[in-house]
Amino acid sequence: MKDGIGAPVKRKEDKRFTTGKGKYTDDIRNDNQAYAAFVRSPYAHARVKGIDTSAALAMEGVIDVLNGQQLTGDGIGNIICGWAITSKDGSPMNMGAWSALATEKVRYVGDAVAVVIAESQALARIAAEAVEVDYEELPVAANITAAMADGAPQIHDNAPGNQIYDWELGDEAATDAGLAEAAHVTTLNITNNRLSPNPMEPRSAVATYDDAEDHYTLYTTSQNPHVARLVLSAFYNVAPEHKLRVIAPDVGGGFGAKIYIYPEEITCLWASMKTNRSIKWTSDRSEAFLTDAHGRDHITTAKMGFDKDGKITGFKIDTLANIGAYMSLFSSSVPTYLYAPLMSGQYNIQNIHCNVRTYYTNTVPVDAYRGAGRPEATYLVERMMETAAREMGMDPAELRRRNFVQEFPHQTPVLMQYDSGDFPKILQMAQDAADIAGFEARKAEAAKRGKLRGLGYSTFIEACGLAPSKAAGSLGAGVGLWESAEVRVNPVGSIEILTGSHSHGQGHETTFAQIVADRFGLPVENVSIVHGDTDKVQFGMGTYGSRSGPVGMSAVVKAMDKVEAKVKKIAAHTLEASEDDIVIEGGEVKVSGTDKSMAWHEVGLAAYVAHNLPDDMEPGLKETAFFDPVNFSFPSGAFICEVEVDPDTGQTEIVNFTSADDFGTIINPMIVEGQVHGGVTQGIGQAMLEQVVYDEDGQLLNGSYMDYAMPRAADVPSYSISHHEDSPSPNNPLGVKGCGEAGAIGAPPAVINAITDAIGTNDLAMPATPQAVWNAIQAAK
Amino acid sequence: MYPTKYHKAASIDDAVAALNAGEDAKLLAGGQTLIAAMKQHLAAPSDLIDVRAIDGMSGVSADGDTLVIGAATTHAEVAGNADVQRLCPALAALAGGIGDPAVRYAGTIGGSIANNDPSADYPAGLLALGATIVTNTREIAADDFFEGLFTTALEDGEIITSVRVNAPKRAAYIKFRQPASLFALVGVFVADGAGGVRVAVTGAGEDGVFRHAGLEEALSADWASSAADSVSVDSDGLLSDIHGSAAYRANLIKVLTKRAVEAS
Repeated sequence: MKDGIGAPVKRKEDKRFTTGKGKYTDDIRNDNQAYAAFVRSPYAHARVKGIDTSAALAMEGVIDVLNGQQLTGDGIGNIICGWAITSKDGSPMNMGAWSALATEKVRYVGDAVAVVIAESQALARIAAEAVEVDYEELPVAANITAAMADGAPQIHDNAPGNQIYDWELGDEAATDAGLAEAAHVTTLNITNNRLSPNPMEPRSAVATYDDAEDHYTLYTTSQNPHVARLVLSAFYNVAPEHKLRVIAPDVGGGFGAKIYIYPEEITCLWASMKTNRSIKWTSDRSEAFLTDAHGRDHITTAKMGFDKDGKITGFKIDTLANIGAYMSLFSSSVPTYLYAPLMSGQYNIQNIHCNVRTYYTNTVPVDAYRGAGRPEATYLVERMMETAAREMGMDPAELRRRNFVQEFPHQTPVLMQYDSGDFPKILQMAQDAADIAGFEARKAEAAKRGKLRGLGYSTFIEACGLAPSKAAGSLGAGVGLWESAEVRVNPVGSIEILTGSHSHGQGHETTFAQIVADRFGLPVENVSIVHGDTDKVQFGMGTYGSRSGPVGMSAVVKAMDKVEAKVKKIAAHTLEASEDDIVIEGGEVKVSGTDKSMAWHEVGLAAYVAHNLPDDMEPGLKETAFFDPVNFSFPSGAFICEVEVDPDTGQTEIVNFTSADDFGTIINPMIVEGQVHGGVTQGIGQAMLEQVVYDEDGQLLNGSYMDYAMPRAADVPSYSISHHEDSPSPNNPLGVKGCGEAGAIGAPPAVINAITDAIGTNDLAMPATPQAVWNAIQAAK
Repeated sequence: MYPTKYHKAASIDDAVAALNAGEDAKLLAGGQTLIAAMKQHLAAPSDLIDVRAIDGMSGVSADGDTLVIGAATTHAEVAGNADVQRLCPALAALAGGIGDPAVRYAGTIGGSIANNDPSADYPAGLLALGATIVTNTREIAADDFFEGLFTTALEDGEIITSVRVNAPKRAAYIKFRQPASLFALVGVFVADGAGGVRVAVTGAGEDGVFRHAGLEEALSADWASSAADSVSVDSDGLLSDIHGSAAYRANLIKVLTKRAVEAS
């Protein structure tokens, strides 16, 4: 089928994106538009003693200056974390209060204390500088080590020692025993570097209060507009859900940073009511660095034991995670349930224990960022395997093979039940594509040019399609993680899909249309996708964690099942045949084995004119379904990275990067390759370029692209990509596994394993900048 | 951006008058640093005086072995100019490696050296080539012009009109890019010309661009990359930041000097 599942259909949405016709939040302009600019703390930790707004209010064109006392006084609730984690002693996590505008204290540089509303954006920003805040500076804890030190400044009163929880997963005694009986134990101290997400489109909000209807409309850069409405309504008391419409129009990238409901959106809604104006706020890049939730930031010590044959006997992990100054929406789940359950990797490990302690620091909140917990776990597991192989003098691919899970389903000791896969075959695919046999010759040739050539593996597994609602609820999630869809067949036979998934670059308008085209044999042009508007779409949990395929598409399939059943009933009635004999093929509804048929659009028309329907049938042809997954899906892959290092400067070039992936069924291979390109490039960014740096006073040292290095085209090679499609997921109707994060999850250890192979020392932290690589070479001399 | 008043100067006199009349007036050429700083509220000049339309401010001319480059000549024009490519290909290559195409088609040589960013490329080139900076009031040797971080010998009301460069016998510029900005983390320009062998280093000095006496001495004796091997490059006085320690920069100065000699 031309445009069906597996076809590289060109993206329907790209015409508007590539011709400047996309409509983003900042493109919204209302008649009564006013603009917000936030007054932000220049200190990482300070008491707010007073706010003098007189100079700003005196400026012509300034409408109002609002503060946190007014906001809380109007009953706007504190920002919450939606996943309750329980410490191993049974105590609940220590969540500190987070007001959208700070009232008594500021806790990171960029924390908002007031908002200026003015007639233009430029004026609002100038007036914000004229607001004088009287701060009393307090001591600062700008990183985990400082936050957990004796006598560290107390960031939230209800979190003694700044600790939020001390949590564990797995059997510690069994793991200790496994390590004790090991023939070899590898120990690693690993830092997972802190990252800034940097979606191309910065965050933005346009909030409009209609006093005649007592109704709010919020356009915002969200990955999950229904969740935004739910939280804004239920927790922040902005308005009840039926009085609040949230629209996420075209959104230019999210990577996790646009899952959360931030202070700015809440403040704009409230300020719109206060001033009776439509309020627009659009972050600039400097503000994005300061206030978008960051990712990663772990410090970990881990031990892995092996028997004399290289079989893993135990894996013990002790992790410290930085949560930032406040607990963002998913922050508690990222270093716990999205992290520790991935510690088994692709390996059959009987004994795993993972302990995680999280801390407040005087930095911007840390939350999910492309991969969310799984990159941190994978980096640990795959650095461990490579390092252990080197220590034991084994081929790193062979060590992995000896430990691969071979049978499915496979229950790990850390919650997960792997659905399907073929790890040895995927590794072999990658090795063949990377020409492992030729590596020694390439290395010798590079040496003649004065270059150090190295090769590194990463064989990874991740968990997508979160999540079974009941299981998530039992682990502390505040919401269910199903998805919903509505399939509307119009009287002329064209189809609209309303989905709670949200596309912010993923290409849903194309891939969701393909699964419908495939099912009913229709051209992909006859299917349109509606998403991102709480007034149009019934409900949705949004897009993150590579869940649009495994969960969102599954809901569409369930709704299509219902449509198909009704179509068959109508056709059987019209054509005077048995329902069992009706087949849908190539846009026609036929009676099998006869020449009797109806065109697809004739069935649609019959349903709506309702002149001749079965007696008990309602008119119309549209169906809704909710899909709640029975399990995660488990994409896996093997990456092989080959680098050349210039020992004189530490400059590293990735000369080859090979990816062999198992994403289950592939809907659109072109879009999947794009996801792999983007994900691997982001992983290379983490491995070689990116790191947020705060100084000890909590000042952000690299809050612009002049100092924060993002990967550019010249930093990455032309990727070699292949797919294994023979292990579809049994846990959803299409057999898809999710492809949005695999690259970012699997790439960092492959890169660092390759560089450390080249330079002959394991002692190298991310990001492996030229300076870091050169330093590692000098230290190893 | 704070409000500002834009002037398009028709002559040097016009520009000087506007510069003196403004409360906090600044000259504008390509604006590749100034406009960005204004957008971030880091600069708020009352007046911007655009010098690009003044007669004689743009373009390159050659007189024998001497190049005269107008102050408002863009990096792209210098990179693509046949006389620059013929008489001093190292300078053409330097200009062609500044920033990205958008920067090169707007940014100017006069703007770059008047700003004297410690990581800019032109200061290294002009210092190594022993260039002369011509202003509306006098001529200044490059050795006297670059005084420190974002500091030059220019006085109030003084406007660079052109830069004069004599063709060297041989020269090359190699820079190692800072990974984020792609500015020079360290850049080394080596030149062997009428003024002898000169080695100028950008991106590394606490006081901006500087010449390295030890490397100049070694290369004067023997213009070969191996000549730099025995030279010790001291990390004292070198910048240290998140992108490179002083020791790393010292290493790069030596490595890049050798590579520049090989490329010359």
